[in-house]
Amino acid sequence: MSASDHLIPVVVSNVVEVNPIIKRFEFRHVNGDELPAFSGGAHIVVEMLDDGTKRKNPYSLMSSPFERDQYAISVRRDDTGRGGSKFMHEQVQPGMQMKISAPVNLFALDLRARKHLMIAGGIGITPFIAQMAQADKLGVPFELHYAARSVSQAAYMDSLADRFGDHVSCYCDDQGEGIDLEMLLSNQPLGTHVYVCGPKGMIERVVETATNLGWPAAHVHFEHFLAPPVGEPFDVHLAKAGIDITVGAEQSLLEAVEASGTPINCMCRGGACGQCETVVVACDGDIMHNDHWLDEEQRASRQRIMPCVSRFRGKRLELDL
Amino acid sequence: MTIQFKDESFRGDFTYANSPSNIPRFPFPFPEDEYMYSTNIEPHHAARVGSPFENAFDVDEHYVAEMKDRALVLADDPGRCQALPHMETAGWDFLELVMVSKARDYPDLFKLTMDGGHWHWINKPLQIDDTFTFGDSSTLPCHPMEYIGRQVQGDHAILDQRDGNLWMDAGIITAQADWSLDFDIGMNFFEWHAPVPLAHELGVFQRALKFLLTLPQGQPSRRLNWTLTVNPRLDTSPENYPKWGPDKLTVTPENIGEKVHLRVELQTFWRLPRSNAILFPIRTYLMAMNEVVTQPKWGRRLHRVMRDLRPELVNYKGLSRYHPILVEWLSQFDDGAPTSPGIFPD
Ligand code: FES
Repeated sequence: MSASDHLIPVVVSNVVEVNPIIKRFEFRHVNGDELPAFSGGAHIVVEMLDDGTKRKNPYSLMSSPFERDQYAISVRRDDTGRGGSKFMHEQVQPGMQMKISAPVNLFALDLRARKHLMIAGGIGITPFIAQMAQADKLGVPFELHYAARSVSQAAYMDSLADRFGDHVSCYCDDQGEGIDLEMLLSNQPLGTHVYVCGPKGMIERVVETATNLGWPAAHVHFEHFLAPPVGEPFDVHLAKAGIDITVGAEQSLLEAVEASGTPINCMCRGGACGQCETVVVACDGDIMHNDHWLDEEQRASRQRIMPCVSRFRGKRLELDL
Repeated sequence: MTIQFKDESFRGDFTYANSPSNIPRFPFPFPEDEYMYSTNIEPHHAARVGSPFENAFDVDEHYVAEMKDRALVLADDPGRCQALPHMETAGWDFLELVMVSKARDYPDLFKLTMDGGHWHWINKPLQIDDTFTFGDSSTLPCHPMEYIGRQVQGDHAILDQRDGNLWMDAGIITAQADWSLDFDIGMNFFEWHAPVPLAHELGVFQRALKFLLTLPQGQPSRRLNWTLTVNPRLDTSPENYPKWGPDKLTVTPENIGEKVHLRVELQTFWRLPRSNAILFPIRTYLMAMNEVVTQPKWGRRLHRVMRDLRPELVNYKGLSRYHPILVEWLSQFDDGAPTSPGIFPD
């Protein structure tokens, strides 16, 4: 069983163009019921029925965890991706009915922290908006440092500055500003936890800087969802189900398995949670792993695959599904 | 259905017993004639009307008596209820889950009215009628975990999730089978399971942890665990070993049917929404051997399970002292007939 077997029917209550590349979507329960409570950093999976293809993408919840009448997410348009964000931007209108999963949190605040230091890059701002609401309510000090390409792309910066004042600082590339990580991380009180969400390079820089400065690993948290990459179509044999399936160019292996009606676990759909881990029965070719879950040894053994983000090139791939 | 709550004791004169109608709803823990460790986790969705799996939190005829026993333990030893400071939000999550579930599942016994943050809770069996502000601990007489923990059968541990592990950072534990919150508090999943033999080699814990770390909200799971206890004593904590340890010496072939109890834990696992912690309720059910064998399938099967139990488990579960007598006594209920699969009586 997986989180996506228990979808919540919602209606799109609002669509807001935040800037040319980001739109915010708000959902309410179709019955007007309360939506499940959640914690800052949680995401939901949004199901998209795109002209016969069923796509499911994870998006961080950015509404306050203390509001249960509606959820909000932000979607950054990516025209080179698989089409999920394009679908959201082009097709999703207020009044439309959709389905979403219950919230899942793989990027929770460490509630023992004396202070939360949040570092966001671009669209990575969204989980922090909910986390700031949570930290604020719990009365735990926090600071947000937000890097964006330009002032116009720094989504929500104005409203965050209004709500949280000088707890938030923004750095714009086009103004020649950047976060001085060394300085920031060396000037924190004991008991501070740092959280980073943004592009891969940014996460790596924060983790590396913190490590070099002697931060304990348990105080460094990052969220790194991968969008499943596009690629060449490939065929897979599902051994238990006894069927062959074809994974389309813009489809993930996970989506193709789901489309065949074969049961499979999943949760993050982004190579981070480990739920979809599947045994490889036979492999004649190369698995492009792409996930954050398997270690090098497991990859080299070619006995495990994470279908949510991995692809295959070669003669035969057979899975224990 | 209204429940007749029993007035009974789990200590001293041990007047605890199961009514004939309560016996078939006992969560007998052996689906097969043989017992081995397994993760055996399944979704905790409503199952079988009249079974302990019918509702999110089972309430049965022992409810009021168990809550009185808990109050006695806590009065004696407040350390049985502890929460590290960061677990307050989780305590509120726990309170909400129990109140919402019980009010929904037992409307004749419990009532919850929510007016924004202003809540009104009525627990008829325990004659509680309180109002408070959700999330504001100063409006309750004690920590939210303790408040609701005194109103729900079973022990409750609350596990914080961080660093890819679970940490036992809060709990109200008064009816445990020989472990101690005071000892385990602050430990992680592997630390508090350290003493269990065999399971580590089998990789059971690795798999269970992985499962729990990704436990989704709104989709609780459950498993059964078991041991045996001499006398229907709920509190078999290590702190009290001098009180219950010697009981083992009192078992004779004549009294074994009434003295030895099958002790089953219905363990459930819930992802809590605001704290992202995991609530781990451990509901204990006790049944005397004499009561168990009133169900022929159970008598037969229990004999086979006990007879073939691996020695390290006999030892770990603390049964060595009376295990041979028990197997001998149970053999009279085993006619050699096959047993049907599953745990429910025929
Ligand atoms: S669904 Fe989370 S790793 Fe694949």
